[in-house]
Amino acid sequence: MIHPIPPGTRDVLPDEMRELRRLSRALVEVFEDRGYGEVATPAIEYDEVLARGGARTSESAYRFFDESGDLLALRSDMTVPIARLAASRFAGAEPPLRLCYLASAYRAVRPQRGQMREFVQAGVELIGMPAPQGTVEVIEVLEAALDAAGLDRAVIGLGDADLYRQLLSELGIEGKTLESLLGRLATHDLVGLEAELAAVPGLGDEQVATCVALAQMRGGSEVLEQARAIGGVAVERATAQMQATYEELERRGAADRVQIDLGLLRDLGYYTGAILEVYDPALGHIIGGGGRYDGLLGKFGADLPAAGFALYLERVHVAQMEEESRRERAVP
Amino acid sequence: MSAAGVSSSRARTDGPLRVAVPRGALFGETLDVLDAVGVDTSAPRGDSRSLIFETDGMTLVTMRPSDVPTYVEAGAADVGITGKDVLLEQADRVVYELLDLGFGRCRMVLAGRRGDTRLGESQRRLGMMRIATKYPRIAESHFEQTGRQVEVIEVKGSVELAPLTGLGDGIVDLVATGRTLDENDLEVREEILECTARFVANRVAHKLRAAEIDALTAKLREATAP
Repeated sequence: MIHPIPPGTRDVLPDEMRELRRLSRALVEVFEDRGYGEVATPAIEYDEVLARGGARTSESAYRFFDESGDLLALRSDMTVPIARLAASRFAGAEPPLRLCYLASAYRAVRPQRGQMREFVQAGVELIGMPAPQGTVEVIEVLEAALDAAGLDRAVIGLGDADLYRQLLSELGIEGKTLESLLGRLATHDLVGLEAELAAVPGLGDEQVATCVALAQMRGGSEVLEQARAIGGVAVERATAQMQATYEELERRGAADRVQIDLGLLRDLGYYTGAILEVYDPALGHIIGGGGRYDGLLGKFGADLPAAGFALYLERVHVAQMEEESRRERAVP
Repeated sequence: MSAAGVSSSRARTDGPLRVAVPRGALFGETLDVLDAVGVDTSAPRGDSRSLIFETDGMTLVTMRPSDVPTYVEAGAADVGITGKDVLLEQADRVVYELLDLGFGRCRMVLAGRRGDTRLGESQRRLGMMRIATKYPRIAESHFEQTGRQVEVIEVKGSVELAPLTGLGDGIVDLVATGRTLDENDLEVREEILECTARFVANRVAHKLRAAEIDALTAKLREATAP
């Protein structure tokens, strides 16, 4: 007799669970070794709390009323719950706070896409340490976690969350056009971006070409030079920040697997400044992400700069398996 | 992060660059463009039944155009070529659209029977039109944006049949020359959008194989420049 479970959820059986447990233990050990204490928060929160994360995160897929009529929601990531936790439980603590987690999060799925409603994230939050030191520390922890998972070919993309909003405002673009252009940048629809920019009155061909070219600049520190040649306040600020982060990483010998990416744009509302994405050549999807969220703690009454990342545990596991079999094939 | 919950694909983004090549209407011109950028396409042009062809430094994977976003999103192909109609219909697939290749130009249109007033009559007297199409999302968003109610009926095969048999009042379909419409006594009532072939990339491949993909994009841009 087969009893179904909702699409996008799954059972984990012993062989897989053993491997997942080994992986998650290795990750949490890396976090703990670096002074990040593990915390847990409830899977359900007041909707109003999660909504403070901004537009995208407030779109919790699962909301319901409790017996007293309060609107509750399932968390869609751990960053907002931990911001709440830090502001409430560590109100008087001396910053910085170093916290880590291994927890399920919940998102909506589109039918027949093999998406998961429930998935596990392993990550850290560093609260109270500004850029670039805070960003650099988070990237170092991320690199140690990738090493512990055996993903020695993984790459970390480093971008800037505010670059395009500022750049486009600088060009006098606002309102609906601005949001539409940011949407095209987030999905990397470069054809649509070029066409829509070209239709903006008063924008020259060169400015259009510059915006499109900027979205494709990715690589080592040389891309900062290329970008700086473009000029303007937004580009100047973003490249200066990225350079400060990158130089500090270089100084600590941690820049090798970091790719500077001016085309990076994450679709979570709370990011400010540095943003991160994690890739492994064995996988077509990103395996983690993160960045700075200097404004989020302030929404909970604790005005502290912060940064963090989350690795998607199931995906890291797939990448780990692929990398293992690749290494086995490479041995003659 | 939108793709967070997608179950992981096992596709790898190392080895020779994998290019998803659409069979069907775009096949010939796609191979011509690949020729123009120095890819040897003699193998896929032959009458071999193979679906995968190794050429110098590239693997050409041939497939239905509507499968291209699926393979590219998963990373089973690093880059690919397909029609804008396919990309719009599968707008929730995360692929990077890098270049308008300009060929394969056709129009997405609303068509009805020649001289027939059923489209207007249904809207006026029944409050909604019945539209048969292979592109339900494009059709729905077109009527939504123009403030009209429709019942979209998805069909897989010859959509021209629908108004002739009374399945729908009209159709939304892709038209290249208009001959099929003509032969079935149908006429264009509205132009919805114009579609051309697009060059797309997997988002991880776009980051990790930046130099290869940028070089190919630049060559394609040059080869297809108007």
